[in-house]
Amino acid sequence: MSVKEENIPENEGRRDFLKQGTLFTALALTPVSLLKAADQKADEKFAELFEKVSLRIKVNGKAHELFVEPRVTLLDLLREQLALTGTKKGCDHGQCGACTVHIDGTRVNSCLQLAVMNEGKEITTIEGLANEDVLHPMQAAFIKHDGFQCGYCTPGQIMSAVACVREGHAGSKGEIREYMSGNICRCGAYPNIVDAIEEVHKSGVQV
Amino acid sequence: MRDKSLLKEDTDRVDGFDKVTGRAKYFAEYQIPGTTYGVLVPSTITKGKITGIDSKAAERAPGVLAVVSHLNRPVVAGYETGKDQGVPNNMMKIFYTDQISFNGQPIAMVVADTYERAVYAATLVKGTYAKEAFETDFEKNLSKAKAPKNPAQASYLRGTADAYKNAAVQIEASYTLPTETHNPMELHGILANWESADKITVYAKTQGVKATQGTIASTFKLPLTNVQVNSEFVGGGFGMALRTWPLEIAAIIAAKQVNKPVKLVITRDQMFTLAGHRPYAFQKVGLGADKDGQLTGITHEAWGHTATYEDFTENVVSMSKFMYNSANVNTTYKIVPLNVGVPIWMRGPGEATGAFALESAMDEMAHSLDMDPIAFRVKNYTEEDPEKSRPYSSKNLKEAYKMGAEKIGWSKRNNKPGTNKDGNWLVGYGMSTGVFNASRGRASAKGILKSDGTLLLQSAASDIGPGTGTGMVQIAHEVLGIPVSKITFELGDSSFPTAPSQGGSATLSTVGSAVSDVCNALKAKIAEMATQSGLSASAKFVDVLKKNNLPSVEVTMESKGGEEQKKYSMYSFSIHFVQVKVNPLTGVVKVSKIVSVGDSGRIVSPKTARSQMVGGAVGGLGMALTEETVMDHRFGRYVNNNFADYHVPVHADIPEIEVVFVNKPDPYINPMGAKGMGEIALIGFSAAVANAVFNATGKRIRTLPITPDKILA
Repeated sequence: MSVKEENIPENEGRRDFLKQGTLFTALALTPVSLLKAADQKADEKFAELFEKVSLRIKVNGKAHELFVEPRVTLLDLLREQLALTGTKKGCDHGQCGACTVHIDGTRVNSCLQLAVMNEGKEITTIEGLANEDVLHPMQAAFIKHDGFQCGYCTPGQIMSAVACVREGHAGSKGEIREYMSGNICRCGAYPNIVDAIEEVHKSGVQV
Repeated sequence: MRDKSLLKEDTDRVDGFDKVTGRAKYFAEYQIPGTTYGVLVPSTITKGKITGIDSKAAERAPGVLAVVSHLNRPVVAGYETGKDQGVPNNMMKIFYTDQISFNGQPIAMVVADTYERAVYAATLVKGTYAKEAFETDFEKNLSKAKAPKNPAQASYLRGTADAYKNAAVQIEASYTLPTETHNPMELHGILANWESADKITVYAKTQGVKATQGTIASTFKLPLTNVQVNSEFVGGGFGMALRTWPLEIAAIIAAKQVNKPVKLVITRDQMFTLAGHRPYAFQKVGLGADKDGQLTGITHEAWGHTATYEDFTENVVSMSKFMYNSANVNTTYKIVPLNVGVPIWMRGPGEATGAFALESAMDEMAHSLDMDPIAFRVKNYTEEDPEKSRPYSSKNLKEAYKMGAEKIGWSKRNNKPGTNKDGNWLVGYGMSTGVFNASRGRASAKGILKSDGTLLLQSAASDIGPGTGTGMVQIAHEVLGIPVSKITFELGDSSFPTAPSQGGSATLSTVGSAVSDVCNALKAKIAEMATQSGLSASAKFVDVLKKNNLPSVEVTMESKGGEEQKKYSMYSFSIHFVQVKVNPLTGVVKVSKIVSVGDSGRIVSPKTARSQMVGGAVGGLGMALTEETVMDHRFGRYVNNNFADYHVPVHADIPEIEVVFVNKPDPYINPMGAKGMGEIALIGFSAAVANAVFNATGKRIRTLPITPDKILA
């Protein structure tokens, strides 16, 4: 059975649609019980079954089996559903880098990813970069060089910085600046961030 | 602040651990069970009336709890004053009438159980309007300029008006600054939770928890104690969070309507329309000097825009009144109402706008006189404030000029423009001066010494990033000698002792003085208790508390300045030096070296102070070279309202930045001898770049930002 787009009146909500639709008829619900179901928002619960898809995803080493709407971004999944608010929303358009996370080790703007695109993938956020109370060398270097002020872009800067070193793009200040330019810092901590990254790179420590 | 043992140095930021681990919680990150999501529906017209709001489809959409607008909002007690406008601070009353004053003005808010559902449903709300003609073009409306009502902005005259016109050497020039948008990285919004019918808790993004508390209390006519404002971490403000915006009130109204917590996080494009901006400004400067370079007249006229529904003013021409020694000075400042959201102070605020004009003009005059720009400034140096005829509390600018000139390599500068080359690039050097009022207001703080050897300090201050907590902890450490790792400073909570908003470079001076006073009072109290209980007056406080069988001792005090504020003019000063490279073929300007010198009294927290100066230079570079909020006057909408098209500096734009401090205590301003720095870090910077571009190319760019097309024109 298929539901054709033209069956849905323009700008009408799902409740109206379900009340009129053939879908429920096929499920042998009488009109009375149908209306009652609509009143109790059963239609929404029912619709959820169609609207949400399953997602298996690993975040900071922890496996999650989720049921999410396909339109949910990875960023909003992390912040609003998994309470991992270390990853920040600065623009929602992939223009500022505040939401940078690692997906299977690669740095990605999580606002440009639908969560469901990450089936079976491993996500690392700022919360998963270090063990509890032991700072990652990049985090320690950011504190030492004062690579932030307000701190809002910082998780994205650090996730990007770690990737920048791993990629082999931290060979000089110029190279670091180029490969970090997707992460905006409005407080203007750039020189300090570059110093932090350069020091971590030069120390040769495993990041 | 959870584990300070991880901080390697005493000067590391006390909140560094929280910020690098993602544990620092900003307003939208607090978890309240049952939180719902608000999304604003913007007006699609620029001026006129709402004739209808069709919210039927949105109301039927899944998960939607309400569509709140002026048609159905609950009673807002503070709205019922009989005035059209004029709830607290003359703020626009949101969802009050059918009037639209600017494009993007919210006409409704959709509240739903998930963010995605609210976003979708907001697209279903359709407003219908009766359009009216609107004005958004600043330059076309200059003739409608009016004098602000604020007496502090009145015209000023010392000696003869327009005396520059009679001088041996004259320059007269006009300068234009486009609208700029603060764009802190954190999006604005609020998380509002009515605990009961007349009691509310909000998690806010604010530069002043007490100010936010006051605005909410008077808008909803609640006792202050029934409004709890929390704002521990703020993801940047730069001035835009110095007031409570109507959008915050909208979320509080919506929370009342749905009787659930409502979280509103606006979008980046809404940051351009709903949360302020630096107003467009046009300025005329006339300077006159004798042949030896002595200034004989300064005329500075400025125009900035405001909204049609509220007046915004700032100090654009103030620097011209006292910075240089001229017997004759006259200034005026006017505002032009436009159909835009109301502006708000943006870092450096009006003083930065004014300094671009005055410090560019000073460079133009130095060039006309064939004088070195530093020598010209020193020639017109003021040893006492010529505007108020009183001494400065401290001013070490002559020393600062020398320090900066040496660091940037000023001796390599050729006074003749266009003569210094590096391969295919033209090289230029420029400098400018910045100045901002160094104030000390009134603040209270509480200090609790505990028998476990720690000190807890609390004040309702805010921190948008400069390192308030770090500075306060260091002040307390200096007074009491307790290790920094054992001192905690808590802020961002409206139930703490009163402190002013974080703005105008006044926090360290004002709240720092309160912390200093409280610590001194604690010291005296411990000494007194020690003597009374038979211990030496210099006994350690832990021993004194134990001897008295007390878990802690606490002091709360208010602190403010005294007569010295009337005897002296108090200012912080900065000098910015830049080296630029300009490609004459492409018109590209690269700032290749920056030296910023701060003359702001004693430096309390060296690491964070340096970062603040660095950040100001970065902001100033954006003002000089890239930032411009562009309006399409056909529709009254901003066309570059995102980070891809509104260019703030990125890593690749920023060279090495050297920061130098004079670091001499001011003997009068406060117990620390420290003056504020947030504004001077940016004020004047854009002129230094424009002056360097002139030195490199011989082209004087008087309209910011200095983009390649202007170099090539």
